[in-house]
Amino acid sequence: MKTAITVRDVRKTFREGNNAVPVLHGVDIEVHHGEVVMLMGPSGSGKTTLLSIMGCILQACSGSIVIDGEEVSHLGEEDLPRIRREHIGFIFQSFNLFPTLAAAENVELMLDVKGIRGIPARKLARNLLSSVGLIDKADTVPANLSGGQKQRVAIARALAGDPGIILADEPTAALDSQTGRGIMEMLRRLAHERGRAVVIVTHDPRVLEFADRTIHMEDGKITGASTNPMEVSAAEAAASPAFPSPVALP
Amino acid sequence: MFTLAKRNLFQDKLRLAVTLTGVVFAVVLIIVEFGLFVGFIQTTSALIDHSHADLWVMSSHIPYLELGLPMSERKLYQIKSVPGVARTDKYVVALTRWNRPDGGQNQIQIVGFNPDTAWGGPWSVVQGSIDDLKTPDAVMVDDLYKGMLGVSRIGEVFEINGHRARVVGFTHGIRSFTVSPCVFTSFRNALDYARLRDNQTSYVLVGLEPGVNVEEVRRNIAARIDDVNILTPREFSRKTQNYWTFKTGAGIAILLGAVLGVLVGFVVVAQTIYATTMDHLKEFGTLKAMGAPNSYVQRVILIQAGISAAIGYVVGMIVSGLIVRFCQPAGAPILLNWWMVLLTLTLTLSMCAGAALISIKKVTQLDPASVFKG
Repeated sequence: MKTAITVRDVRKTFREGNNAVPVLHGVDIEVHHGEVVMLMGPSGSGKTTLLSIMGCILQACSGSIVIDGEEVSHLGEEDLPRIRREHIGFIFQSFNLFPTLAAAENVELMLDVKGIRGIPARKLARNLLSSVGLIDKADTVPANLSGGQKQRVAIARALAGDPGIILADEPTAALDSQTGRGIMEMLRRLAHERGRAVVIVTHDPRVLEFADRTIHMEDGKITGASTNPMEVSAAEAAASPAFPSPVALP
Repeated sequence: MFTLAKRNLFQDKLRLAVTLTGVVFAVVLIIVEFGLFVGFIQTTSALIDHSHADLWVMSSHIPYLELGLPMSERKLYQIKSVPGVARTDKYVVALTRWNRPDGGQNQIQIVGFNPDTAWGGPWSVVQGSIDDLKTPDAVMVDDLYKGMLGVSRIGEVFEINGHRARVVGFTHGIRSFTVSPCVFTSFRNALDYARLRDNQTSYVLVGLEPGVNVEEVRRNIAARIDDVNILTPREFSRKTQNYWTFKTGAGIAILLGAVLGVLVGFVVVAQTIYATTMDHLKEFGTLKAMGAPNSYVQRVILIQAGISAAIGYVVGMIVSGLIVRFCQPAGAPILLNWWMVLLTLTLTLSMCAGAALISIKKVTQLDPASVFKG
């Protein structure tokens, strides 16, 4: 499988006033096209920071990051949006849809950012919505969609422009278990059937079965990795409830 | 991009109404104040601009038209003998009193000119003719001031400074920028109304032969006559306009009104666009996180400002047009022409774009990583 993301000895420190807070301590990771990789760990372990660095939203303080063959660690901040536009699609915990735009328009907006406009954009947006089973909701605004439907629109939006990498931050956190499974099925299909590299940050052990690889982080370091989704540390299992009650949708 | 900007703007109807009110307010103030200013300065020099003369000769140090000082008519004959001078006319502008039938009095500006050449005479006669002013006691007033002067029809007789005055015609649109309306009459009649002696005049209007060098004639006149100022109509017009605009402060006061309108509009638009931006900050962060460059989100905000400017401008122009129309009969000279329309559009767009800068700075500095903070 072709390598999508290579992270070598990446370190990140945040400044809080006069204090330097190290968050990542020399992380190495590789993600390939066609696989689902899950980043797990307690709060503050650095998962989201690592995801942000892989997504070229944050810059590492040191180390190397290669995205689809392009070394990006030395790029200036003004160059990073291009990398995100060309290679990466994002899915967020609270969907982050634009409330004033209908489902199709949310997808069209992302196509517009990527330079696709007019009738081609409208057709492509509807095709993407169709691929996530929501063509009948194309003209519905997010306020009138369920949580699962919103996340599916978000997936369609993340696929706008056909990025090779999908990064998802807690995509099932705001969803009930059944809906969450549906979303995870979709993300797995994106990887296995459409060759995307999918990286998911999650606390939710219920979704581990969908991972090809699980990487465990703690205190800014990778403490374990597994290709067996059920090999979760006892502490992790104890920390996450097996069947939490459905989360009220925003 | 345009759809997002439009939807953000129209999402909160009340805030949009406030934004548009600010823009409309600015547009109306700009148009009305600039219109008043342009109308004001054009009115101050209207008699000069419509004079048809090539040169104006007057006593030295005259700062503006209405302050013409009597000078000997001998100067007219001296000017006539200068090579290149084709024709000279005596001309008087003076303040005097008009007695109304009800016993009241009004101050008027009597304008005495040569009805044969009509230089310096009325330029928009709607009833009667300039030839009618050749008869004794004949005067012409503007229909705008009929009510003020107690005039209702041609043929009525009044008194100016103790002398008989018979209305023989009306003009239209000849305004006075002061409370003293212009009353046109022949130079001969004006001598009586203004209490000037027969051998005096306030100004000499000079017409030159075709093709002569104006500067050379001016120099020759100056060489023959002492203690006079010799100005082209353009120079005298500018001098009069500058006096009323800057020396009296009247023009500055009007311009300040326009500046104030722009400032108020700027503040209102800046505040509402900033509030809208803050409401949608998460969305802008999402856009940036997903790869939109700063220029993209900046354009969204500029489009919002542009839409506000466009709608506010159209509504403001309609309101301004109604105000201008309403003020016409009231005598306020608010002029509206194509360059003012363009200038106002430019100012409105600039005002709204400038007001959006604070919001643009906010989204430019927005950290896209904030989308991961929930």
